[in-house]
Amino acid sequence: MGDRELWLFIDFGSTFTKVVAIDPATETIRARVQAPTTVSTDITEGLGAALRLLEREVGAGATYARKLACSSAAGGLRMVTVGLVPDLTSEAARLAALGAGAKVVGTFSYKLPASDLARIKDLSPDLILLAGGTDGGNEEVILQNARGLAALDLAAPLIVAGNRVVADEAAAILRAGGKEPVVADNVMPEFGRLSVEPVRERIREIFITHIVKAKGLQAAERFVEGILMPTPNAVLNAAVLLADGCPGEPGLGELVVLDVGGATTDVHSVARGAPTDAGAVVKGLHEPYAKRTVEGDLGVRSNLWNVVEAMGAQAPPADPEISPHAFRAILERFARDVTTTPESAEEAAVDAALAGIAAGQAMRRHAGSLEVFYSPQGPLSVIRGKDLRGVKLVVGTGGPLVFSPFRSRILREALFAPADRASLRPVDPRLCVDSEYTMFAFGLLGELDSKLAVRMLKRYCRPMDEGTGNGR
Amino acid sequence: MRARRGTETRTVVTGVIGADCHIVGNRILQMALEEAGFKVVPLGIMVAQEEFVKAAIETDADAVLVSSLYGQGELDCQGLRDKFEEAGLGRIHLVVGGNLVVGKQEWAEVERRFLAMGFDRAYPPGIDLRRVIEDLRRDLGAPARDG
Ligand code: B12
Repeated sequence: MGDRELWLFIDFGSTFTKVVAIDPATETIRARVQAPTTVSTDITEGLGAALRLLEREVGAGATYARKLACSSAAGGLRMVTVGLVPDLTSEAARLAALGAGAKVVGTFSYKLPASDLARIKDLSPDLILLAGGTDGGNEEVILQNARGLAALDLAAPLIVAGNRVVADEAAAILRAGGKEPVVADNVMPEFGRLSVEPVRERIREIFITHIVKAKGLQAAERFVEGILMPTPNAVLNAAVLLADGCPGEPGLGELVVLDVGGATTDVHSVARGAPTDAGAVVKGLHEPYAKRTVEGDLGVRSNLWNVVEAMGAQAPPADPEISPHAFRAILERFARDVTTTPESAEEAAVDAALAGIAAGQAMRRHAGSLEVFYSPQGPLSVIRGKDLRGVKLVVGTGGPLVFSPFRSRILREALFAPADRASLRPVDPRLCVDSEYTMFAFGLLGELDSKLAVRMLKRYCRPMDEGTGNGR
Repeated sequence: MRARRGTETRTVVTGVIGADCHIVGNRILQMALEEAGFKVVPLGIMVAQEEFVKAAIETDADAVLVSSLYGQGELDCQGLRDKFEEAGLGRIHLVVGGNLVVGKQEWAEVERRFLAMGFDRAYPPGIDLRRVIEDLRRDLGAPARDG
């Protein structure tokens, strides 16, 4: 078996460099290993360590015909987005950046005052997205903001994706200031309608041409064919492949992927989100079919205290019995080290409780909301955002979820709750788990062979057992 | 709002204000405006004041045409001009029409109240939309077109 041709997929994560070896002939995962990421010294050291582990698993003599990578190392793709009205073009720009797998470190609106410009400089983003105005709409604000950004002492590349009437003019202003702008289609060409795909494409191109080098990751390109995208983008790709399939290989239909992590919790919905109540009035933006949100304040390690706060008065989990004192001690141990994994039944229970809260909050923020007004002829429903109640599949991923003995319980926290009818979360979906924690690899595999990626996703996203779930 | 040349298309925002869900007349108005060469940003029913303002900012609208059919127009429209002032669009052209008040009331008096509220024009029930469009063209200095 050792001399089989394998394909490698690598994720340079913020904490771990993960390597997945896939056997394309048998359509199986041969091995998954990880070693600490070494971005502060030389990214290839951690990769080397992971590859040595891999060799131990697959034996010497395997040939790696294809090697693709994604990365969220060195802070991920840190973006600032600028728009005009906060819940219109600013929100459109934010959603576009998130969909491309970026970490949005700042969102700005209206004409940027000096204090906002100073703040953007302090944030020192990897990439700036400048939007504002529908096509033929407001021209003044994006032009003024281009002038402000042009004068800023920042090397970050920019994407201009606002009112197309003045997009070239805005780019020229930036170029005159020594910046490197590219123009993309408007994120909101018409009022309320988003167009995020063209911007996502530009972001990916810039990621490959500029960001990989700027982050000191290019050393890894001696070994891999390319670092193609930010890791969350690979996961969103996988979610889209699993939902939609590809020509010749059907997908499973609309779904949500929930990724619970140590620092953040991501939600990816691949669903139209059309209202399930007939007669409901839909308000606000028509959100993207493939939508990603990331909750930067919800993680079960580095952001653990936020999660505990969200837990509120809720007592620590009942089984096994944990004293408040022991509960606190476990939390403190988790908070100290992002790489900590639960070592006892009590720790696993606390971990799951945290993950459940993070999952519930993240899904609540991602899903649409319902408000009921009472009019003379009866109640009137107003829906904002995506109505995910009809979604029939939820897939869990992320270390704290995949490796938890309570994983189906964690995922159920993310579903529709009768006590919170206003939050339009999936009501009665099948629950699956990214069983080998390799979703990113399938997202990258999709770049090589989308049919194979769809088949392997369908194989490795396994149904979760009811009850307490089965640990590993 | 930018100064527009005579030949440029004018952008107008339409919507039914408040908790009002009578859509039919509003759609007819939208169609008539489009037919007459306006670019229409239709916000539909149950439109909050803030939504009119936000839409006008992003689309750089020249005018906002507010519908109110269910009798609560007076309450719903109060403060709309101030909201535009606040957002830096204080000079935007504001028009209102539909069934603005409950029951039979003297139109001149109703009109006076809506103009005092900051609307540039208010129209009674049953108004001929051709006249509305003629007025709008004149008020915005928009190009005439045979429609
Ligand atoms: C159909 C209807 C409904 C339907 C609406 C369906 C829908 N989604 O559109 C339903 C059953 C839901 C309904 C509910 C209610 N309705 Co109703 N409804 C009507 C009805 C019968 C027809 C409306 C219509 O479509 N007309 C046809 C269109 C083409 O005309 P229009 O809407 O007037 O629009 C024209 C002009 O007004 C003008 N126009 C409109 N907007 C603007 C804006 C500008 C800027 C300008 C210049 C002109 C303009 O141009 C349009 C085209 O010519 C009218 C009675 C009537 N005959 O008008 C009552 C009527 C409007 N409803 C009325 C009422 C009270 C209600 C309810 C409050 C209570 C109830 N009785 O059930 C609820 C309110 C619900 C809510 N939250 O909005 C009253 C309003 C009273 C008032 N204003 O003094 C009316 C007048 C009936 C009456 N005589 O009592 N209603």
